[in-house]
Amino acid sequence: MATSQMPVATEPPGKAARQWTFRHPLVIRVAHWINVVCLAVLLMSGLQIFNAHPALYWGSKSTFDSPALAITDDQTDSGASRGVVQIGGRTFDTTGWLGLSTYRGESAARAFPAWITLPASQNLATGRRWHFLFAWAFVINGLIYLLYGIGSGQLRRRIVPDGDQIRHFGASIREHLLLRFPKGEEARRYNVLQKLTYLVVVLVLLPLMLLTGLGMSPGVNAAFPFILDVFGGRQSARTIHFITVNLLVLFVIVHVLLVIVSGLWNNMRSMVTGWYTIEPDKHAETGASR
Amino acid sequence: MKRRLAIPSPHRRGFLTGVAGLFGTASLGGCDRIAESAWGTRTLKVGEDANLYVQRLLLKPTSMAREFSDADISTWFKPNGTVDPEDKPYKALAANQFSAFKLRVDGLVEHPLELSLEDLRVLPTRTQITRHDCVEGWSAIGKWTGVPLAEVLNKAALKPQARYIVFHCADTMEYASADSADEQTDGDAPTGKPIRYYESIDLTDAFHPQTILAYDMNGKPLPVSNGAPLRLRVERQLGYKQAKYIMRIEVADTLAHVGQGNGGYWEDNGYEWYAGI
Repeated sequence: MATSQMPVATEPPGKAARQWTFRHPLVIRVAHWINVVCLAVLLMSGLQIFNAHPALYWGSKSTFDSPALAITDDQTDSGASRGVVQIGGRTFDTTGWLGLSTYRGESAARAFPAWITLPASQNLATGRRWHFLFAWAFVINGLIYLLYGIGSGQLRRRIVPDGDQIRHFGASIREHLLLRFPKGEEARRYNVLQKLTYLVVVLVLLPLMLLTGLGMSPGVNAAFPFILDVFGGRQSARTIHFITVNLLVLFVIVHVLLVIVSGLWNNMRSMVTGWYTIEPDKHAETGASR
Repeated sequence: MKRRLAIPSPHRRGFLTGVAGLFGTASLGGCDRIAESAWGTRTLKVGEDANLYVQRLLLKPTSMAREFSDADISTWFKPNGTVDPEDKPYKALAANQFSAFKLRVDGLVEHPLELSLEDLRVLPTRTQITRHDCVEGWSAIGKWTGVPLAEVLNKAALKPQARYIVFHCADTMEYASADSADEQTDGDAPTGKPIRYYESIDLTDAFHPQTILAYDMNGKPLPVSNGAPLRLRVERQLGYKQAKYIMRIEVADTLAHVGQGNGGYWEDNGYEWYAGI
């Protein structure tokens, strides 16, 4: 199924030909949704773990009096509590969101608020259990996806830009910014920005999450010391883990927004059943014969 | 072209059920209830078991934790957990610079031992500058001098059925609730049996060259806040395994009788026994 030509069918003539294309093979659909669940649990349990020591450092050890980032609470001059985020030497008031938020009607001094941590209450041990179990699910799912994607050629076809796409890079960016999405034959493949984004997420950000996560393990450090050399120390690995998850959250936000504006129903159907419809491109000179 | 669609027209009902199911799974409102149920806890522990299995596979007995240089030592080694035990027997020992301290080594050994600090200091020593990783996420680097645990265990000679090394410490973490709840006590005086810190490791870690009973930190006798007179360093695991205020080392064939049976104080509070990650 995966390696065969994508099956194509057209609506009856008369209407403008709306074409169906089989866009996502089963393995990729299943892997996608398992990944959604894994990343949600990993994010929320990860924020729970972060809350146990809500500060980041660079290097091997913690420099407690000069963190690179800290999310804490303090008292204003009038004696009121507030939540603050410190980045470098600067301080931002984040009361209600970060540092100080409400949990079950009461004010709680915690870096990330209860509604986004797993478990909701402060419980590092349980947060770690969620994190490790779903880290394993994420890794196994990711390996199946990569093995299938490489073996079937799907990965290269889906996320490596074609030569002509690189040549029309500037035009693609313009089209994308205007939220004009490809139609006709062009809609059969991801556009160049889409491909590059998925490429970075699949081959850089997600593996980086795993490696920096392992870089925080004293056991793995002893088995593979080079991981520490790559990231510049355990606390650096923890900081990169945090920065990378921020980039992933940013990706998910943009991804979901673009799914919505480029056709929520069509996109969701294609990631559940595999089938995607393509609007005809009226200006294209080819494509009608297919 | 004939109207013969090769596609199954999307089953809307199936699709909606699928989406609802996915969001049902992804919406994490029920997760806390799962985690609190017995089967949920067991399932969540699968990840931990996998961590232990894989790390035991990856880590050779000779894989060493990284050692640092003097320049890397933290200016302040953050004390954590108990920093000043309130236990009277401990306070009495501390008042005399632990001159009356005797480390007991017993359990499944041929020769039970009682070792003073002087006895320990004449045994072979090892000094290592290593990174201490707290389960909370922070790290500190310190220089530890002590006797390799293997030296002490060899002196005591393990019996063949020995599997675990259990550390019994001086610091009370909490009080077990008293059996007779209506027994009158004055004020805030704690009731019940004190639960003092306890930890355990297996023989693989016990005989690792970097596993030492440290009596010096950064070239000076271990301060009370960091575990005086004796603390464990088991460098390939997290901070809570580095038991402080060690009074007794018990060699055992099982952890069932230790605390609630999970092998350590924090382990009985939901943390992993194998703290390699």
